[in-house]
Amino acid sequence: MNMTDTRFSTPRRLILQGIGAVALVGLGNIPFVSAAFAAANDKYPEDAFKAKTEADAIKALYGKPAEASDKVKLDAPEIAENGAVVPVSVTTTLPDVTSISFLVSENPVVLVASYKIPAGTMPSVANRIKMAKTSNVIVVVEAGGKVYSTTKEVKVTVGGCGG
Amino acid sequence: MASTIRVRATSNGDTTEVQALIQHPMDSGFVKDAKGEIIPPHFIQQLTFEYDGKNVFAADWGGGVSKDPYVKFAFKGGKKGDDLKISWVDNKGATDTTTAKIQ
Repeated sequence: MNMTDTRFSTPRRLILQGIGAVALVGLGNIPFVSAAFAAANDKYPEDAFKAKTEADAIKALYGKPAEASDKVKLDAPEIAENGAVVPVSVTTTLPDVTSISFLVSENPVVLVASYKIPAGTMPSVANRIKMAKTSNVIVVVEAGGKVYSTTKEVKVTVGGCGG
Repeated sequence: MASTIRVRATSNGDTTEVQALIQHPMDSGFVKDAKGEIIPPHFIQQLTFEYDGKNVFAADWGGGVSKDPYVKFAFKGGKKGDDLKISWVDNKGATDTTTAKIQ
């Protein structure tokens, strides 16, 4: 028994030392990681902002496609004279809303803005977006773990994204 | 330097309505200048509103948000005279923070 004990203890000590070294390296990284998190609060959805189609962007944000819902009310102009500033707002009667996102299908970057709605905040957002040309504006609402959307076409006379 | 953030937060006793206007070029990286050179992307990526130590609203923005962005939302609670803290960070790492009193 003694023999086996000593035979096992050497590698075990090596392993422990290894763990110690890993822990030290890990500790060195922690201030970095926490600083990045403190600044960002929540991770910026880099991938979703790279998506070229609305389906890809919605999938990157929510992990599933959205179903159309008439409970999401999108307020946008029929015709926007200046594509650089298009006022759009959304309200919904859906309960337990956790997130609201705005997408423009013909923009070079489809996703425009994504808002987190914590409990106690109204499921209603107004903002101003850019539109490259006449296009569908899509609003996606995540509520109770499900994903809903509403679409409206906005005609643009002067584009706001290209030269 | 004056703050880039202008906020109006008004409480009606039940809910607080917040309107914010931020000075920022919000360059998408797709627009060319007069010489035909692309203006590099420069836009706010994250914007947060904090009340009573909690986030009440958070935005992730891309270059598709208009120059000098405006946003409006409302949350339950919030008392007149209380502080609302607003901060943003852009894709170049620049940040600004301000505190507004709820009216």
